[in-house]
Amino acid sequence: MVIGVAFVVFGMSFGVLAVGAGASVVQACVMSLFIFTGASQMSVVSVIAAGGSPASAFGGAVLLAGRNAVYGLAMSPILDGSVGSRLLGAQWVIDETTALVTAEDGSERKKTAFWVSAPILYAAWNLGTLGGALIGNSIDPSTFGLDAAFPVMFTAMVVPHLRTRNGRRAAAFGAVTSVALAPFLPVGLPILVCALGMLFGLSPETEPSPAATDGAP
Amino acid sequence: MTWALILSLGAAAYFLKLLGAVIIGHRSMPAALQRCLLLIPAALLAALITKDTFTSGQEIVLDARIVGLAVAAVLSWRKAPFAVTVFAGVGATALFRLFA
Repeated sequence: MVIGVAFVVFGMSFGVLAVGAGASVVQACVMSLFIFTGASQMSVVSVIAAGGSPASAFGGAVLLAGRNAVYGLAMSPILDGSVGSRLLGAQWVIDETTALVTAEDGSERKKTAFWVSAPILYAAWNLGTLGGALIGNSIDPSTFGLDAAFPVMFTAMVVPHLRTRNGRRAAAFGAVTSVALAPFLPVGLPILVCALGMLFGLSPETEPSPAATDGAP
Repeated sequence: MTWALILSLGAAAYFLKLLGAVIIGHRSMPAALQRCLLLIPAALLAALITKDTFTSGQEIVLDARIVGLAVAAVLSWRKAPFAVTVFAGVGATALFRLFA
């Protein structure tokens, strides 16, 4: 339940910022319905809002979505029903559902956790987006400090990824590289270079890294 | 925001989910590749944080957003709920702008 409420709030924040970056209410809602992975959606809006090209916005968002393929590996044993249910379930493989499922013991409990939580989270995220997009149409972002909403939200989102040593290394690399390259590359490209921070993963981790969760898809 | 961007990203994001959950499924993916994919959010979210705090377009700009980031960093570190962190960070930025 708590997570559902957090999803509504996060979805609203996304809706407000998406409209602020020039998306229509319908576009914001379609993004949440079809993309449904929060970090990617937020990163697209952030790059477009800063004046980056659609291609660089796409690149960063796809890189961020790559982790869902890894989560999917852990989720495939419980997605063993009909083809239709697997195609539907796949859309709901995100940080939060993966964390909830891996926290349960036994195949039946895992399945219940997934099929109960996923529709709730999906509904919460999309209703939040709709509400936020409608609000975003009627306010001026900078008066409310909403330009700071991007770094604030990304900060809340990055914390679970800093639990491991490699996570902290990759984050430090990304934080520094992003600003250092900003004056020299078109907006959006430094983010793509920062993805090289993933190469810290070539060295084995000393501690296990379960699905990171922050209350966002 | 273009429809081409939204729809192509929707397709790509769904394909990646499908790739792990259904296409690869029970078979395995190299462990090092898995570790690298799971590290991308750390690198990119951190990059987005500094981009959105310290730059405006291609210029380095230091302004009230730093206050919001500082508040959010402390609250996240103290494990405050997501909504509290967001409202406090955004509110601190707005207040700083009002009085500074």
